[in-house]
Amino acid sequence: MQERLKELQTEALEKISQASDLKELNDIRVSYLGKKGPITEVLKGMGKLSAEDRPKMGALANEVRDAIAAGIEEKQKHLEEAAVQEKLALEKIDITLPGRPVKTGNLHPLTRIVEEIEDLFIGMGYTVAEGPEVEKDYYNFEALNLPKDHPARDMQDSFYITDEILLRTQTSPVQARTMEKHKGKGPVKIICPGKVFRRDNDDATHSHQFMQIEGLVVDENIRMSDLKGTLEVFAKKLFGEDREIRLRPSFFPFTEPSVEVDVSCFKCSGKGCNICKKTGWIEILGAGMVHPNVLEMSGFDSKKYTGFAFGMGVERIAMLKYGIDDIRHFYTNDMRFLKQFSIQE
Amino acid sequence: MFVSYKWLQDYVDLSGITPAELAEKITKSGIEVEGVEVLNEGIRGVVVGHVLEREQHPNADKLNKCLVDIGEGEPVQIICGASNVDKDQKVAVATVGAVLPGNFKIKKAKLRGEESNGMICSLQELGIESKLVAKEFSEGIYVFHQDAEVGTDAIELLHRDDQVLELGLTPNRSDCLSLLGVAYEVAAILGREVKLPETDYAKSNENASDYIRVDVEATEDSPLYIAKIIKNVKIKPSPLWMQGRLMASGIRPHNNVVDITNYILLEYGQPLHAFDYGRLGSKQILVRRAKDGEIIQTLDEAKRELTSEHLLITNGQEPVALAGVMGGLDSEVQSDTKTVLLESAYFKGATVRKASKDHNLRSEASARFEKGVDPNRVRAAAERAAHLLAKYAEGEVLAGSVEANTLKVEPAVVSVTLEKINRVLGLELEMKEVEDIFARLQFETNIDNNTIIVTVPTRRGDITIEEDLIEEVARLFGYDNLKSTLPIGSATPGHLTAYQNKRRIVRRFLEGAGLNQAITYSLTSGLKATQFALENREPIRLAMPMSEDHSTLRLSIVPQLLNVLKYNAARQNDSLAVYEIGDVFFSQGSDNLPEEREHLAGALTGLWQSQPWQGEKKIVDFFVVKGILEGLFAKLGLEKAIEFRQTGKEGMHPGRTAEIYLSGSSIGFVGQTHPTVEKEYDLKETYVFELSLKAILEAEVEPLHYQSIPRYPSITRDIALVIDKDKAAGELESIIIDAGGALLKEVHVFDLYEGERMEAGKKSIAFSLKYFDPERTLTDEEVVKAHDKVLHAVKEKAGAVLRG
Ligand SMILES: [Zn+2]
Repeated sequence: MQERLKELQTEALEKISQASDLKELNDIRVSYLGKKGPITEVLKGMGKLSAEDRPKMGALANEVRDAIAAGIEEKQKHLEEAAVQEKLALEKIDITLPGRPVKTGNLHPLTRIVEEIEDLFIGMGYTVAEGPEVEKDYYNFEALNLPKDHPARDMQDSFYITDEILLRTQTSPVQARTMEKHKGKGPVKIICPGKVFRRDNDDATHSHQFMQIEGLVVDENIRMSDLKGTLEVFAKKLFGEDREIRLRPSFFPFTEPSVEVDVSCFKCSGKGCNICKKTGWIEILGAGMVHPNVLEMSGFDSKKYTGFAFGMGVERIAMLKYGIDDIRHFYTNDMRFLKQFSIQE
Repeated sequence: MFVSYKWLQDYVDLSGITPAELAEKITKSGIEVEGVEVLNEGIRGVVVGHVLEREQHPNADKLNKCLVDIGEGEPVQIICGASNVDKDQKVAVATVGAVLPGNFKIKKAKLRGEESNGMICSLQELGIESKLVAKEFSEGIYVFHQDAEVGTDAIELLHRDDQVLELGLTPNRSDCLSLLGVAYEVAAILGREVKLPETDYAKSNENASDYIRVDVEATEDSPLYIAKIIKNVKIKPSPLWMQGRLMASGIRPHNNVVDITNYILLEYGQPLHAFDYGRLGSKQILVRRAKDGEIIQTLDEAKRELTSEHLLITNGQEPVALAGVMGGLDSEVQSDTKTVLLESAYFKGATVRKASKDHNLRSEASARFEKGVDPNRVRAAAERAAHLLAKYAEGEVLAGSVEANTLKVEPAVVSVTLEKINRVLGLELEMKEVEDIFARLQFETNIDNNTIIVTVPTRRGDITIEEDLIEEVARLFGYDNLKSTLPIGSATPGHLTAYQNKRRIVRRFLEGAGLNQAITYSLTSGLKATQFALENREPIRLAMPMSEDHSTLRLSIVPQLLNVLKYNAARQNDSLAVYEIGDVFFSQGSDNLPEEREHLAGALTGLWQSQPWQGEKKIVDFFVVKGILEGLFAKLGLEKAIEFRQTGKEGMHPGRTAEIYLSGSSIGFVGQTHPTVEKEYDLKETYVFELSLKAILEAEVEPLHYQSIPRYPSITRDIALVIDKDKAAGELESIIIDAGGALLKEVHVFDLYEGERMEAGKKSIAFSLKYFDPERTLTDEEVVKAHDKVLHAVKEKAGAVLRG
């Protein structure tokens, strides 16, 4: 009997090792360990054994049973793993095929620059002020120290609708309107982006419509050195930490003193190249201390208050920053142009 | 303004400073030097030659064979094509080995078999612009006067060994429209002296007043008029140095008298006019306004009709000059002129501007009058001209001058405190430093405690208020020496307004949804301005448009976006999605500013999604665009307030267009463009939308409030309803929501079937309904009850039956 059990074990383990799939293995389980299996059959003959041998034989039978069960379990695990492997092998894909595109659009480069500048100045305590594109002559010129017969009006030939109404030639009227709203009480700290219009024929460097962004600070004790410091922060943020600025005296009717501001060339770092016309400097904006006439006309006491203002063409900044050679690109909206401004630097 | 470096040295010592260094210094202190031109750049080896013999080239009709003494070795043979070359002339010869502008090297050559050892030059060949070459030499070689010494450097003789600074003057610095003005500026920058030009001449026994009387009727327009008489002038070319300086300044030489008036214009900034006294036709100058319709024939031979706004110089009767603009033809100085009447006057800028504008005659003279000449230089300029006429035209200057003078010249006195200067600039200057700056400018100053009182010379008419003085201090102290600080004082919170912030969210949303931002022009054609407008209003036209295409303010953005699609589609890009945020303009009468409203518009065409290797394609359709808008409205918390209603609109597909309502008010539209529009723009099926951004960004939105997450399960029931084909799903949905009561929390369409298996004229719409109560688990009976109500209502109100 003992031999029979040993034999069964060897036989079963042999079959298990040969089993090639789960079904076969299950058949082995049923045939060896089932109620009608050979081990049960063997145990039926236990009655013939002595009381002494019976527990021994019982223990052996259980041993054999366990060994077979363990064999089956091990084999089953093995087979299952193989089955998974096989399935996964069949599921292999070509991962070099392109992904499912997520279609997104992007911001126009001018808006991108405007938002960048807005955010910079918001961080320095400015708010964003906006105003109408169609403006009164008063706000566009007169309130900015440009009376009707002023020769500097020729500098910005304008689109008039009536004698008193025109398309604004600058965003400065927003400054005049904002100061007026403050009713002579500072501080005023605003940044004014917007579309402006001038009588120019559209070509590579001129556009009858373009975008400007201006800043204005009016408070007690605003100094010209504050203007210089502010613009330095601006230039470094927009064109890089290593940039320096240079102020050159200039003339604008609404500021006194007036300056033009150059930034050290970001391409050649001042050595001289074609972008900076070999000077090492690139003109980026106009600025100055708010003219007392402008302060007074907008209701501020020019004895008590001083202020600075600056303004720049957004297209020019974008053209310099990205190396764009034709201003008309901004308004043609060619996708091959717009799509290039989707990357976040 | 062109400034000759050599000429400037007459008034300021420039030793130790190169033209380039000077340019840099001038730029840094306020006047931008736009360029420095080296007049003799790239020229070498040009000498004065003497044409000893000239004969016709044996083999060429148009060539001359010349024997020229070039002052070195034997005379050389030169073949010359100029028709004005002749024996005994002194000419400019580019010798063998010479270099002319454009790196043109002169070599020995054979021309039609004859040897040529150099080239006889025209001024153009020496790098002088044609418009600056005196008329007699404009068509051929240049001929020197007989005294020119053979072998000397011709370029030096022509005074071309010079450099010219081009100043870009801002309107306030018209004082630098003269060499003397520039001299004062440069002297201030360098801290050097200004040397004034000579004005003396021999005294005549005769008096000018015996020859002429001057009356000014229009004293407002001409408060100062000075006439001088110079007798026995000899008209001839002016000296070469003067011609050289005029050419360097962009003025063509004529003859000595005319050149001297131009020279003074450049030197003093004071325009002068020389009349031929003998041709004046009277002994009187009368300055008056023209009569309407009066005619003058000016120097350029044009006959000009005048109005009473124009100022005339007359001989008492007839006009002889259009004041400050151009002289009359009849009294022009000619080669036989003997006596010259020299006019130096102060004409009012606005009057001159009117005439120069009306007659389109902008000249060096009118430009200076328009900007205002220095009243204190009118007389000095006349005296200086007299000096030069005596010297270079051998004239006899009659004693005195005849004047009509009502001009009051008061120099401006402006004061500023040291404290204010330092406060505005953020500096800590001492009074001594400030005083020194004004001394360099040659402004007279007085100090009263901490106040500096400045008497401003009349040449600097731009300085009238204390800020002007502060600017002078700043620019001469140097902006480079300014500190960099940031404003101190009350802190202000920087932020975007709620509106501006939401506008950015709209942009981000649309970009995330696949639309590209476009920016187009606010001006469009009269025809396109009103297309697709949300309101039928009169468009606003410019008074003087530059072109019809940009003549009218837009009432809608859609036409321009269609243009953007058209442009791109024509360049092999026909799957497009763009949006624009911008203002449109509605008239409120011509006396008022228009209503400017910020709109959001979009245009989409072609493929919306495609994944070629997976065989997927999705064309943009109405529901793609509607879905984007619904997503946007949901983002802005307006989902429940928005309604789409079927509509008809010009330019739009009659069956595929919806008007968008916000809380019952129309705010825009969305839909497919009409096939005729698509054809007009060469587009395939295209969808557009435009709505008032202002309306959606300013709409009241419930404040965000947390709702607890449901703890009880919901029950979903799906129904498919069969209804008439023309019934709208939205209508059915409203009925369901109304009937579903408080327990019905969500309804959405999940299927639409209009296929063959439907009865004719019918369609099936499937809805998914979700019931739930946040407080408890619903019982079946409750849901059945609510659901039966829904089924009843759709049958009663829309004739919808459950699909079997
Ligand atoms: Zn550079």
